[in-house]
Order: sequence, then C-alpha cells, then structure tokens
Amino acid sequence: MAIDLLNDRGTPLEQQKFTWKELTQPPYSKLDDDAFTRVRVILLNGIESEAIRFSHACSRMNRELQLDLAKIRRVEQHQQTLVNWLNPADQSVLETTIGFEQVAIEVTAALAQAEPDAYLAQVYRFGLLEDFDHMYRYSALMDRVEGKDANNLLQSYTDILPGRPTMLEHRAPEDDLRTPYDRRATALITKLHALTLVGAEYQTHDYYMTVGPTYADPLGRQLYAEIASIEEQHVTQYESIVDPDETWLEKLLLHEANEVYNYYSCVEYETNQRIKQVWERFLDYELGHLQHVAALFERFERRDAEEILNTKLPPPIVYESHREFVREVLRSEVQLTAVGPTFVPFNEGDAQGPSARQRAQLNADGSPSDSVARGYIWTPGTELSRRGPKPVKSVEPNVSV
Amino acid sequence: MSSQTATLGTNRTGIATSKDAAQRMVEGTAEFPPDATGDERAISDIRELFAKDAGPVGSVPPPTNVKGVVKTAVQAVKGARPTQFIDKLGERLGFERTGVRLYEALISKFNTHGTFSGGPSLAQLEENMLEEHSHFSLLTDVITRLGADPTVMTPSADIHATMSKGILEVMVEPRTTFVQCLEALLLAELADNDCWESLIALARQTGEEEVVDAFEAALAEEADHLEDVRAWLAAAQHREVDGEL
Repeated sequence: MAIDLLNDRGTPLEQQKFTWKELTQPPYSKLDDDAFTRVRVILLNGIESEAIRFSHACSRMNRELQLDLAKIRRVEQHQQTLVNWLNPADQSVLETTIGFEQVAIEVTAALAQAEPDAYLAQVYRFGLLEDFDHMYRYSALMDRVEGKDANNLLQSYTDILPGRPTMLEHRAPEDDLRTPYDRRATALITKLHALTLVGAEYQTHDYYMTVGPTYADPLGRQLYAEIASIEEQHVTQYESIVDPDETWLEKLLLHEANEVYNYYSCVEYETNQRIKQVWERFLDYELGHLQHVAALFERFERRDAEEILNTKLPPPIVYESHREFVREVLRSEVQLTAVGPTFVPFNEGDAQGPSARQRAQLNADGSPSDSVARGYIWTPGTELSRRGPKPVKSVEPNVSV
Repeated sequence: MSSQTATLGTNRTGIATSKDAAQRMVEGTAEFPPDATGDERAISDIRELFAKDAGPVGSVPPPTNVKGVVKTAVQAVKGARPTQFIDKLGERLGFERTGVRLYEALISKFNTHGTFSGGPSLAQLEENMLEEHSHFSLLTDVITRLGADPTVMTPSADIHATMSKGILEVMVEPRTTFVQCLEALLLAELADNDCWESLIALARQTGEEEVVDAFEAALAEEADHLEDVRAWLAAAQHREVDGEL
C-alpha cells in the first residue's frame, strides 16, 4: 500500500466520530494474539499520547491555532482511548510493563537499523541497551515475586539477558543531552524516528510513574522508581535530538506525519484482522489531520508543506524480532557511557564527573535493579523450573503475642 | 516489632468521625436527586451486551509431539476432554509455582514479625514451601509426559493468577502483619485443596490412572497445609479451631 503524504485526503476531520461502545472494543488476547500486536497497541497509545501532549503545549503558545488544535486533539483523545482500551484486563501491571520494554527494545532496534544518520543510530543503540537491561530486571521481579515467566508475554521474540546495568545508567543531565539534527538538512525518516521514540519513552515514563506505587512488593516499588528515572533520562535524550529551531507548525506537521507513518506501519504488519481494521481506520483519520494541519501550515507560514514532507512515506517500521542485531550491539557497545553528547567506554569516562557523583548519590542506600536480579538466569518456566527455592538463612525469631 | 493484631488508632473512614458533615451529605441527596431513574441493573445490561461480543481469554495450544497428538485424539474419541485436562494442569502448575513465592514472602514476614504462641515454626513454613515446589515439579513432569508444554500459560492458569493477585499483594506488602498474611494463605490453601480434588477427578476421567496416585499424595500434603493454617489462625485469634472443641 502506497501512501502519498501530500495528496491522500484520508477521512475529513468533521467525519471522524465515535461512540463510547466502539471506544471500548473487545481487547486482544494476552495468550493467543501475537506479541507484536501488544507491542503495536502499546506504541500507538504512546504516539497518540505524544500528539495530545504536544498539541496542548502548542496551544498554550499559539492563540490563533487553539480552536483547530482543540478539534484535532478531541479526536486524538478518542483514538488514544480506543487503542489503549485494546489492552485486556487480565494483563497485570507488571505484564504490561514487560510489553512496554519489548516495545522499547524491538522498536528501537528497528529504527536504529533503518536510521540513515550514523550519530542518531548510535544514540538509539545506546538507549536500546538500557531498555534491554530493564527487561531483564523486570523479568527477574516477575519470576522472583510472582512466580511467573515474562516469556509468556515475549513469546521468545526478545532475549531476557543483562544489558548495560541499570545501576550504571543513572547520569547527570549534562550527559543526557545529545546533538540535535539540523531541520534543513535531515531526511524525513530521521525526524519520524525521533518523534516515535520521544512518544514511546514518554508514555513509558508516565506509565511507570502512575503504576509504580500500586505495586505491593517494596523492591518492586523501588524498581519502578529507579527505572522511571531512567525513562525520564531517555525522554530528555530523545527530545534533545529534535531540532529546537523547528517552528511550532513545523513540529505539528511532523507529529501528524509521524502518526500517519506509525499507523501505516501497523497496517503493514498486523496479524489480528479486527485490530488491523482499527489501524486502517486511524490511518485515514491521521491523513485527514495531516491535510488539515498542512493547510494551517501553508496559511500561517506562507510556505509549502512539501518543504517539510515527502510525497512518499518511508518503508514501514519492521515489526519482527531483532535478536541478532541486539546481541551484536550488546557485545560491542554495552561498555559505553555518555560524556556530554558523545559516547565513550566507561573506563574513559570522568570517574569524578557529575554522572559518577549522581550514581554514587542515588545508589548510596543500595540499588533496587541490582538487588532484584542477583544471579538471575532466565529459564523457560521460571528459575524454579531449574532449581528449588533458596533455603532461608535467618534464625528463629522470638515468639510474640 | 509490629503487633500481630489491630490496635486502636485514628481511622477516619466511618461517618462517626464527622457526624455533622455526614448528616449534611445525607441531606444533600434529598435536595439533589439522581438525574436519571433506574438502578444498578443498567450495569448488568452493559455487562451482558459486552459479554456477547467478547472472545475467550485464550486457548490451549496443540500438543507438542506426535505422542501427545495421538493421545489427545484417542481421548477425544472416548468422550474425554484432554484440552480441559491440560488447561487445568497448567492452572495448578502456575498456582503451585506462585505458591512457592507466596511461602517465601510469608517467611520474610515471619522473619520480621516473629511467630506467636501456637503459630508456625520456620521449619514448618519451609517444609510447606518445598512441598509446593515438588507439586510444581510433579505437574511439569505430567504435562511433559502428556506431550504438552509446561511453560504455557493456559487460560485457566491466567484466570487463577488474576483471582489470586490480591493474595500475593497482601503477602508482599510491608505493612501487613504475619497473621494477616496467614489469612491470605488460608484463601490460597482453600482454593488449592478444592482444585487438586477436581484435578484428580479429571485425571481419572481422562484415563490418566498413573498420575492419580501422585496427585492424591499431593492433595494429602495440601490438606495438611490447610489444616496447619486453620490451626495457626485459630491460635492467633485465641479461639478453637472451627468445628473442634
């Protein structure tokens, strides 16, 4: 299916309508649907969430755009609802978390391989190994607290192995900012990749901040707190690669184009026919939004949307296991850290610098991500399939009333 | 060390904390009546409407080897329900595996709060934990021998995990007492006993006579666990065990 960003009209904004019943459709099956269906649902919720977040910021700064933005945003709100409500109620908070990290690993790996800008591809590989480690830590939590196997969710597409240790990922803000792309000399695909990852990481951050305190186990609560902090770093990182000199309307146009691109990618790969219809419908809705925003862009900026958008969409995001690529990155780049916008081996980093001090401070009372996974080796059916529970090392306490 | 029983405190959830304010709230409901007539049956209507459109939570995958395929086919011809048996085996496997983690959490609680007169010893808790693990291993072996995959989360395993989520949450929550956790354990052991009984009946029905004996031994251990928990709770509450004088 070929999409023409500049000429496909999609569904006109005024014809985009919902009822409460269709907003809350039957969910996918946690057990029977392909793991990548869950990955797409989670990612597209993040893409819609980013669209709404950006639209609000834009609205605060642009009086003349407020009504148009409010109209589009109302539809995006309902699109996000429909997409997010495809998650089933039998999927626990931690199971959904495993889904979030699978998004972060497989989507980031797909974008890193498709990214034409060598520096940004490096940025993505850097972030990838951190989310890869989060998967390992959360899987250990699921196994050791709940007695459940994270691979029931992952369906063997994604490895459960240590990456860059989470306790080493904590950095000072000055080491989380990257060099942005140049809006005038950058391919559209690069801009779409950046926005996709901003959306994915932002919703992950927000999700962990919302659900973290609902987890009953104290180490689990700590782990959510720790990883949420890294997700904030990741939002900072990915946000910083977007050229801050893009105009508000340019950014708005790119957001809409990115929504088109993401729904198009979902349509190309979806295996659940009912959910594929959702992606097709929303692809048409987003084309409608894009045309609406392109008209605003041309009216207010007095230049063609074609200056920003290509006629042809780039190839879709590849929704498949990127195991070999990830392992290769793991072998060759796990030892990296960031100093300012550049990446260097840990042993060449500043041992007394702001990031080292930040880590020492945060980990001073212990590291949750370290505690949860001591000696953890993922085993099919949980580590209890390989060995019995560990004997208790304590002494008999006194008898109380 | 925290108390094992509830203490007097500043609980604010009831209307007696602020009688006048509560009275004003009641008066408000007279001045501002509901905007629509009807009752809670509207919720049932929606529930039924959605249930008509809903698919199942999931399915049981086909057997993983030829032996399993043949066995399934033969049993199906005989009128047995091999898929149901695999579903329920998977359910017990998941429950027993989580049961090991439940006992680990309970032992942490024991280490923090200590026991009480008539309560369990550490050795008893450890023994029960190891028995949960041996039941998990037994189920893994049986499922594998039947040509099925023991790592599958079957629909019934998923439903039981959803049901027992609250039990685990009580166990790992730092603020709960050892006795409160024993109450959570009682719920788990009650369900476990009943489900083992059903599983043994299904094993007989499906013609899996060779596993019946092993399952009955597991049930006997689970029955001991249940008896233990009931006795510990009775001691904690300074009462006789239900049904005994």
